[in-house]
Amino acid sequence: MKADPAGVLTGVHYLDGDFACGEGAMAAGCRFVAGYPITPSTEVVERISRRFPMMGGTFIQMEDELASMAAVTGGVWTGTKCMTVTSGPGFSLMMENIGLAAMMETPCVVVNVQRGGPSTGLPTMVGQGDMMQARWGSHGDYELIALSPQSPQEAFDLTIVAFNLAEVWRVPVMFMMDECVGHMTEKVVIPPSDEIDIVPRVLSDKAPGDYLPYEVNGRPVPEFVRVGDGYRFHTTGLTHDERGYPVMSVECQEDSVHRIINKIRLNANDIVRYDEENVDGADVVVVAYGITARVTRMAIDMARTEGVKVGFLRLIVVWPFPEDRIREIASSTKAFVVPEINYGQMVLEVERCAAGKAPAILVPHGGGGVHDPAVICQAIVEAAK
Amino acid sequence: MSTPPNTPLPEEHPIAPYLRMDRMPHIWCPTCGIGTVVKCFATALEETQLDLDKVTIVSGIGCTGRVAGYMNLDAFHTTHGRAIPFATGIKLGRPELEVVVFSGDGDLTGIGGNHFIHAARRNMDLLVILVNNFIYGMTGGQNAPTTPTTARSSTMPFGNFERPFNLPHLAASCGATFVSRWTCLHIRRLTKCIRTALGRKGFRFIEVIAPCSTLYSRLNRLGSGLDLIKFYHDNSEIRHGADTRELEIGYQDSFVCGNFVDEERPTFLDLMNAHYEEVLGDRYVRMPPEGGWIHE
Amino acid sequence: MSERTEIRITGFGGQGVVLAGHIIGHACAVNAGKHATMIQSFGPEARGSACSTTLAVSDTEVLYPYIGRPDIFVVMSAEGYEKYRDELIDDGILVYEKDLVPFKAKEGQKAYGVSSTRIAEEIGRAIVQNIVMLGFFTAATEIVPLKAMREGVAESVPAGTEELNLRAFDAGFEAFQESYGSGAEKKIEVAPVGN
Repeated sequence: MKADPAGVLTGVHYLDGDFACGEGAMAAGCRFVAGYPITPSTEVVERISRRFPMMGGTFIQMEDELASMAAVTGGVWTGTKCMTVTSGPGFSLMMENIGLAAMMETPCVVVNVQRGGPSTGLPTMVGQGDMMQARWGSHGDYELIALSPQSPQEAFDLTIVAFNLAEVWRVPVMFMMDECVGHMTEKVVIPPSDEIDIVPRVLSDKAPGDYLPYEVNGRPVPEFVRVGDGYRFHTTGLTHDERGYPVMSVECQEDSVHRIINKIRLNANDIVRYDEENVDGADVVVVAYGITARVTRMAIDMARTEGVKVGFLRLIVVWPFPEDRIREIASSTKAFVVPEINYGQMVLEVERCAAGKAPAILVPHGGGGVHDPAVICQAIVEAAK
Repeated sequence: MSTPPNTPLPEEHPIAPYLRMDRMPHIWCPTCGIGTVVKCFATALEETQLDLDKVTIVSGIGCTGRVAGYMNLDAFHTTHGRAIPFATGIKLGRPELEVVVFSGDGDLTGIGGNHFIHAARRNMDLLVILVNNFIYGMTGGQNAPTTPTTARSSTMPFGNFERPFNLPHLAASCGATFVSRWTCLHIRRLTKCIRTALGRKGFRFIEVIAPCSTLYSRLNRLGSGLDLIKFYHDNSEIRHGADTRELEIGYQDSFVCGNFVDEERPTFLDLMNAHYEEVLGDRYVRMPPEGGWIHE
Repeated sequence: MSERTEIRITGFGGQGVVLAGHIIGHACAVNAGKHATMIQSFGPEARGSACSTTLAVSDTEVLYPYIGRPDIFVVMSAEGYEKYRDELIDDGILVYEKDLVPFKAKEGQKAYGVSSTRIAEEIGRAIVQNIVMLGFFTAATEIVPLKAMREGVAESVPAGTEELNLRAFDAGFEAFQESYGSGAEKKIEVAPVGN
């Protein structure tokens, strides 16, 4: 369906990434946000708390991030689209209920405006050190989806995509912005509401007596209902059967956990999203995401003037990772170069998928700034030799 | 609950329609007090004639945390300590619902203590029924924030030297608008109390003292669960409107039960709606009672 | 490589440094068809202490968001001048608050000063000092057409204050013309930054 016009601020704006992300959420139909203030993410909820009262939305500032993520997970079951917003330290606290959301198959969006870490780290400065945490941060086995925007415009566009993916796959979606994009102000074009496609919450048309909350009948995800509509359903963070009842058995664990993993793994090629440029026939392929993708394009231009055939793959959906594509490229390129603002996270995925066919060379940056393009260029030139 | 041999079971227990009978038998030990609290809750629901489709129950983790799983309502068994914020999300996402949090002392005031005090401060419209058995039962009898001083627990094997919470006082001082304490053997009074609370708005808190027959009783050599239920009942003095500062519970000491606070104050949503209507006038769009579901 | 202009604006907290940067960026990106990326310096600074914002303006997409040595340095406080004056490129343009900044001439750099605080006070509201400075900046640098800047001001200031702010803007613009002449005779060349 098309977006609810009440949430869409159509026009050409000059916005920072945080504000644009907030606008994206409102355009996507988000009407409940629970959050706890943390730099550099706070502007997202400041934007939302200023505009929500005019569109039937409710924002609550919770007592901490444990509560924020719990409130969002609960709120989703009312049919209302929900989001929370945080940065590294708060993201760590949210992990508990991100696991609950994954287990209950609760679609929601968690924005992490990444700053330098670990611990309190660099509150006002950029980092990309939470990429693996987004994927593996909560205990146990589960799959989810994560995206990384490279500009305020994408902070708007991809927040809508994040909400839509959450609905389709019934997973929490991590929106892995970085401080640089979050605090960068650029032109953001917000289209009219009838040009914005959103995936609404689709409810089961089964009668209450016939409905089982986790029955899939061969589909990847179960049908949804709302709390308060007479279904008297039960759900739990415990391993559960189709009825949503706890079952402590090897068989039920296999059935239920394997399904929530497979709904993403087996459909990864429908979910992955990346931009590609001159990859075929390239001697070196650079893989980057977020703000680093922009700096990387400068480095690629520099390397090309030195005669290196460079291809570029920009991750937009970072989880699930585009395994098949990286495998394919690995058999035709000499090397991958992976710049990121951490000491090696997504590079491990590239390396895993390349499986020894081509080396994956990390260009690390500890955080607090972005790479010097010349450093990435040098890595590309070296890799091409 | 065990049934004496050869006694014919009734066709259907009177509260069966309120329970998920397909989940019986439950996990609670014989003479555990939680079951009678569930019975009181179900009876209160029946007496209030609430539309049960609009009543939601949320539990955390622990023995009492299993209550949500047995009630024939929309029911959420969540994470340890997070029942209150989870319930807050439901209430704010669909304001017309009556949201009940049913959980234990360790869950709500140990790991969930921060959420408890803030929900009370905000006067979030939730009914919180807390079963206090003075110990972490499900994990094996460890010390709780409610364990009376000198009582033994598996992590205070030489006796507890900490001071426990006085829960009615904690709730009242944080802003709860309805505060009561009963034991699980005060069947009629507790039922009436829950019924009254279901008719009120705001952060409503009912503490129910119940025995942990398997752990607390055994670790402290207090006899059977039944002995302990009877002890609590017989050593509780009913004093409605008592000063909540005087409600501390000493080890195997007498304590005060009753209805202590029952006042009307605007809830979080009342305050939010009134404030935005005043400040923003016609520009304010209230979330519909049925929630913010956007559909075609 | 495309032509890229880097700008630093600095002053003390409360002077509207960030809004000034925002308006320049808005005018360039929304009203003048350029690309403009603004970065605020975030720190624990309180009101009254140093505050700074930077812009990269280009005809093509801004890939590198931060600036190196700015081509244009707009400064509204002595502290900011001390901190950042050596960054300005050798043939850059300095635009400064004449009554607050202890300006020292540097060979090769063009410098234009304005009593923006006094002018704002004459208009009646000291708070529009930053907008006076923007008018002056527009005339001094010609980085963005006058029309686009005026639109940028009107679209960025709080509703109901457009007229006051445009008055302040025009006063700043005219102050430049009075002191330094207009248009052709002071036309500046902005040096591209190699990147």
